[in-house]
Amino acid sequence: MSLTSAHSVVAPSVVSKRVAGTIIVLYALISIVPLLWIFATSFKTPPDSIAYPPKILFQPSLEGYCNLFSTRTRQTPEYINSLGPATGVCDETVRKRNMVIAGPSNFMPRFVNSLIIAFGSTFCAVFLGTLSAYGFSRFKVPLADDLLFFILSTRMMPPIAVAIPIYLMYRELGLSDTALGMILLYTAVNVSLAVWLLKGFIDEIPREYEEAAMIDGYTRLQAFWRTVLPQATTGIAATAIFCLIFAWNEYAFAALLTSGTAQTAPPFIPTIIGEGGQDWPAVAAGTTIFLVPILVFTILLRKQLLRGITFGAVRK
Amino acid sequence: MAEIRVEHLRKAFGDFVAVQDSSFVVGDGEFFVMLGPSGCGKTTTLRMIAGLELPTGGKILLGGEDVTMRRARERDIAFVFQLFALYPHMNVRKNIGFPLLAQGMPGIEIRQRVEETAKLLRIDHLLNKSVSGLSGGDRQRVALGRAIVRRPKCFLMDEPLGTLDTEFRDLMVHELRELHNRIHATTVYVTHDQMEAMSMADKIAVMNHGVIEQFGTPREIYDRPATMFVADFIGSPPMNFLGFGGGLSKGASEIVVQGAKVAVPEVREDIAPADMALGIRPEHIRFDDGSKLRGAIYGTEYLGTTQIVAVETSGGIIKARVPAEIRLNPGDQVGLALSSTRLSLFEKGSGRAVRTAIHDTVIHHGASQGRAHRG
Ligand SMILES: Nc1ncnc2c1ncn2[C@@H]1O[C@H](COP(=O)(O)OP(=O)(O)OP(=O)(O)O)[C@@H](O)[C@H]1O
Ligand SMILES: [Mg+2]
Repeated sequence: MSLTSAHSVVAPSVVSKRVAGTIIVLYALISIVPLLWIFATSFKTPPDSIAYPPKILFQPSLEGYCNLFSTRTRQTPEYINSLGPATGVCDETVRKRNMVIAGPSNFMPRFVNSLIIAFGSTFCAVFLGTLSAYGFSRFKVPLADDLLFFILSTRMMPPIAVAIPIYLMYRELGLSDTALGMILLYTAVNVSLAVWLLKGFIDEIPREYEEAAMIDGYTRLQAFWRTVLPQATTGIAATAIFCLIFAWNEYAFAALLTSGTAQTAPPFIPTIIGEGGQDWPAVAAGTTIFLVPILVFTILLRKQLLRGITFGAVRK
Repeated sequence: MAEIRVEHLRKAFGDFVAVQDSSFVVGDGEFFVMLGPSGCGKTTTLRMIAGLELPTGGKILLGGEDVTMRRARERDIAFVFQLFALYPHMNVRKNIGFPLLAQGMPGIEIRQRVEETAKLLRIDHLLNKSVSGLSGGDRQRVALGRAIVRRPKCFLMDEPLGTLDTEFRDLMVHELRELHNRIHATTVYVTHDQMEAMSMADKIAVMNHGVIEQFGTPREIYDRPATMFVADFIGSPPMNFLGFGGGLSKGASEIVVQGAKVAVPEVREDIAPADMALGIRPEHIRFDDGSKLRGAIYGTEYLGTTQIVAVETSGGIIKARVPAEIRLNPGDQVGLALSSTRLSLFEKGSGRAVRTAIHDTVIHHGASQGRAHRG
């Protein structure tokens, strides 16, 4: 063991632990403030949300969520009074602003699009990534190093650099504004990350496991399925989260390539601002709901995620 | 069970030759050990027999059938790996039953066979345990269980005891041999530990740099090493070598080493003048003041019943194993008497043993005896 690596495993001193701890707590606080602000704003009324000085304490309201999920039309007070009693919380809230609910908004379908596209592309990227990584890890692939580098190099330029060619290609192929098109695109972007991450994980699994299974009478595919996959679950989960976070948050391509039926939540949420004044609570409500799936997923798989992040460090 | 016949097996990784022209036969039910230093090609040979690696040349026959190009799963053999390992995501029962599952055997029958096997290995109380909590010895027993549960044609074991501590290892050596005596499975066992090899093997092949230096019973290998490498690799301390010059002629039974005449087993071939070496096992040396071969005591190592005495002669240090009672002091001059019937003669250049009377009763194994050591 070299001196430097020996040094790195020495337990840090109390002082450096304190300093590191303080920095991390500060950073976490700074990061969480905007999120808390968004969360708080989603429960404010529109006047409260733009009040100056900003209101820390306020009367919570569901108006933002009501506005997020509905479209409304303005009516005269006489007309509203002529209606029967309000049919729910939202109806009541909306009537106070001299409006009636006209129908559901586009948020739900956009959110579902996001789910389909993000999970679909994550599944494809991880599936392809696992198989390719296994191939690179176990077989003598001609020019393996060059191929791996090429795969990685697709990640080196910002994806948006190829936006225009992709936009034109998609228009020609009829993939513009389709879920399939978005799944293909995100898969292509994520598969490089997936191959690299998973290759590291699969390299760590001794090949004796499959070899033993093959000697015992299994085919390579069966051996892969029964011995390699169960041991690669941590790596697969970590990879899946990374892919999912990318696909879920992606804004630029989504804004460029989707506008209608296949539009995802990220480009949709800002459009709420335009509908009937600056409806910040509705935007904040959309953002809050948008954060939930990734939050749940991350909390569920946080152990794997941590291992995925520290992955370079823990490898032998 | 079946016989394993390996003919002129060769394996090259690019320019590097890991196994060269290997030939040997493992008889039905025999316990065969491949012994050699690290990197000599033992694992590679075993992997070719298993079908995990395709040979560059040569043939492998299992029970008379040519399986050289067959897939591993079509060979009906079992393999116990060097470092591996059980499937961490399965318990002991599942691990042992895993090979049977591949054959599509019904669950009840698997259960029965797994239990029988576990009893044989005395691990039936561990069946429902997770493998992660097992001790090294138990892990190895489970790995053995996986191998024997299927009743394959033969067993291949790659240093299965390599990771165990000495105490456990001795126990397992005993258990393995006992198991073999009960089930009589054709076994190829790889190790770099000569004690393991000597105590378990019916036949041993000593390998070095991809070449089988000698193939024979433990006794043959110890008493009649075919090359200087084998003589040096086997025995602790290893065989002593004393250099001498000049040729040998058929029928000679005396040589001159360091000015002293030494009686040797009768030479059975003519050797042109060259650098030669006389090989002496430490236990074939006695102290005898009448002997012309002399040296000074250099140091002693007390072992209880015997002691190893290093004697400095004009040809270098010689180690002798003598009774522990003899009192010796460093610097004492001693004469060395050698057991004339047990000595070996070698050609230094090739390392090859000269044929002498000690080879008179050689048994032929149907394979190349002692190939030349590459200088
Ligand atoms: N796939 C491979 N590619 C290149 N060289 C290899 C490969 N496998 C083995 N070798 C080389 O072949 C030689 C023999 O290896 P092998 O594993 O058979 O040795 P071994 O006798 O089993 O040694 P050990 O006691 O260390 O296990 C080694 O020098 C090794 O580096
Ligand atoms: Mg080996």
